[in-house]
Amino acid sequence: MSTVYLDHAATTPMRPAAIEAMAAHLADVGNPSSLHASGRHARRVVEESRETIARAMNCRPVEVVFTSGGTDADNLAVKGIYWSRRAQDARRTRVISTTVEHHAVLDPLHWLGEHEGAEVELVPVDDRARLDVEALRAAVERDPESVALVTVMWANNEVGTLQPIEEVVAIAAAHGIPVHTDAVQAVGAVPVDFAASGVDALTLTGHKLGGPYGVGALIVRREVEVTPLAHGGGQERDIRSGTLDTPGIAALAVAVELSVKEQPAHAERVGALRDDLVRRVIEQVPDAHLHGAPLDSEELRRLPGNAHIGFPDCEGDSLLMLLDARGIECSTGSACSAGVPQPSHVLLAMGCDEEQARHSLRFTLGHTSTAADVDALVREIGPVVERARGTKAS
Amino acid sequence: MKVLAAMSGGVDSAVAAARAVDAGHDVTGIHLALSRNPQSYRSGARGCCTIEDSNDARRAADVIGIPFYVWDLSDRFHQDVVEDFMDEYAAGRTPNPCLRCNEKIKFAAVLERALGLGFDAVATGHYARLRTGPDGLIEMHRAVDHGKDQSYVLGVLDQHQLRHSLFPLGDTTKDAVRAEAAERGLLVADKPDSHDICFVADGDNAGWLREKLPERIGSDRARQLAGEIVDDTTGEVLGRHDGTYAFTIGQRRGLRIGRPAPDGKPRFVLDIEPVSGTVRVGPRERLRVQRLSGIRPRWCGSVPRRLEGTVQLRAHGAEHRAVVTAADDAVDIELLEPAYGIAPGQAAVVYDGTRVVGSATIATTA
Repeated sequence: MSTVYLDHAATTPMRPAAIEAMAAHLADVGNPSSLHASGRHARRVVEESRETIARAMNCRPVEVVFTSGGTDADNLAVKGIYWSRRAQDARRTRVISTTVEHHAVLDPLHWLGEHEGAEVELVPVDDRARLDVEALRAAVERDPESVALVTVMWANNEVGTLQPIEEVVAIAAAHGIPVHTDAVQAVGAVPVDFAASGVDALTLTGHKLGGPYGVGALIVRREVEVTPLAHGGGQERDIRSGTLDTPGIAALAVAVELSVKEQPAHAERVGALRDDLVRRVIEQVPDAHLHGAPLDSEELRRLPGNAHIGFPDCEGDSLLMLLDARGIECSTGSACSAGVPQPSHVLLAMGCDEEQARHSLRFTLGHTSTAADVDALVREIGPVVERARGTKAS
Repeated sequence: MKVLAAMSGGVDSAVAAARAVDAGHDVTGIHLALSRNPQSYRSGARGCCTIEDSNDARRAADVIGIPFYVWDLSDRFHQDVVEDFMDEYAAGRTPNPCLRCNEKIKFAAVLERALGLGFDAVATGHYARLRTGPDGLIEMHRAVDHGKDQSYVLGVLDQHQLRHSLFPLGDTTKDAVRAEAAERGLLVADKPDSHDICFVADGDNAGWLREKLPERIGSDRARQLAGEIVDDTTGEVLGRHDGTYAFTIGQRRGLRIGRPAPDGKPRFVLDIEPVSGTVRVGPRERLRVQRLSGIRPRWCGSVPRRLEGTVQLRAHGAEHRAVVTAADDAVDIELLEPAYGIAPGQAAVVYDGTRVVGSATIATTA
């Protein structure tokens, strides 16, 4: 039984060129911080990688701070910018975000609220998961002097809705408030231009765009001060410490460069597959429905590879198990370390009740997806839904 | 057969799952997330009994080579087992939540969902034996290892449930199961057995109930459960206690009565009055029970109108010869050998030799 992998938003296969780049440097000795020839060689690889990423993302090389991945970068941005902004002005204790952020942003926010006196305000979203811009404006303008940071994800990892980052930046920038965005799902999937976007900090990670696990970056404007989370050698602008992972960074750069270059063609190809998937799944299961932005909407857009579908009267985890047994791999939401299915906070924020939140599956397509993957899902989904219906542990 | 193996993270259920695979079944492992985790600040977050248990189960499934999932049954478990546990204690009875969990969760909610998903049976690591009787019905018998026998906590299963159950360990001793686990490379081979009630972390039932009951039954009602400890012979008040739920009929330890009885003999809990909060104590002979009435009978097979067999009245308790008479929704048990300290709320499980006939919840004793 061949595997039909429809969970690219969880992680996507490494690109062969990235594997090659990583493998090429794994055998090299040399700490990029060492002064001898081997060290200089490693440093050169790291700096060329930084420049490659800067070109792809339209930022300055010095603005690329390498991290161990998305969670690391999100924590660094949220806590680090909060601390430095509050240190500059003790009144700045408010952090404004949305109800649909990834836990890598939400949990540091809650932590700041519990331990650092932060006042965390989560702006609501509509039933498509798009943030309420006017509510954000009202929250900022109620007392802009007290806002340390605004953080809004570029694209939602569960339902794929793109957020109006341009409007968020316009609101915050009017008051000199820095904006962070978690763009781990967006880079390589939709156009992301750091300088043009006007954001002050942006998170990206390797394994979502064909690079390796365990390496990512926080792109942060050089004017923004960030208090470090971990103290040590200060390798990355004194913001982040730790010996640089030369092979991982080299592979990340290859993956970012390729995925950004191929983004328009990728979005078109994968978007067409996704549209086909949604239409044909709903043909098989007529009461199934797409969550998030509609396929044909001009003003509200979604990630090209994301199809988040509700199947009434089914438990999502029963569906997942039945599909898994047939070699089709998908997700009920964002993966949970304990493996305990929980109703998604994103769907609840969109106004779904617990019941609706539990009957959904997320199918995400990526650079290795084919029409055969969609065909396989369409073939199995009808019988699987029928089987799962009426077996709920209600 | 397609078999769903319920894996707690312990050695027994791991070996049971492995044996189901060896028997040629198509096995899928699941771990049941049963307890809510109120400590976590993620609203709606749920943990397993512990994350380590879930992880141990996952690693055992890896070694056995079967797919593995976690099923969240914490809501059902809370309603059907935890709330029942609280209500029973508040009513002055002594419940057995393990039986309740088998009846309502493992062999009901889980089994029904498994059957719906296309499985044929649920396998667990319980020590009990199943075999087909002469009438074609599935019989449940005590395990070969009498020290580990768990047929008592399975006495609530009916024919439908038994027909879709597998207990692969019933013919093996615990020592042999541990040795087999080590041989199979299962890391849980040496993991200690669990003894306490799974949702009461440190085995302190009274402390747990003291904390949780006010929310369940109201703090006024919870306060009324405090009262006097009275000598049932003399009527003398011997002390005060802060909740009847800390006592069970037949209990001797922890009464904290300052002075000994005039005759120097130990005193036991004879009766619990949850309305007045009075706990009556007295000598052991007053605990003697000759007759029991049971409610909510559950029969493994056909209903015995009148049976001379044995009954077991608590987990790991002794067997008593008895005459059992069944009506539609009640059971009368006449003990041919008296029992002592029998607590209402516990199960009376009826045996014919090694075969489990059925069970009932003890309502009254005389």
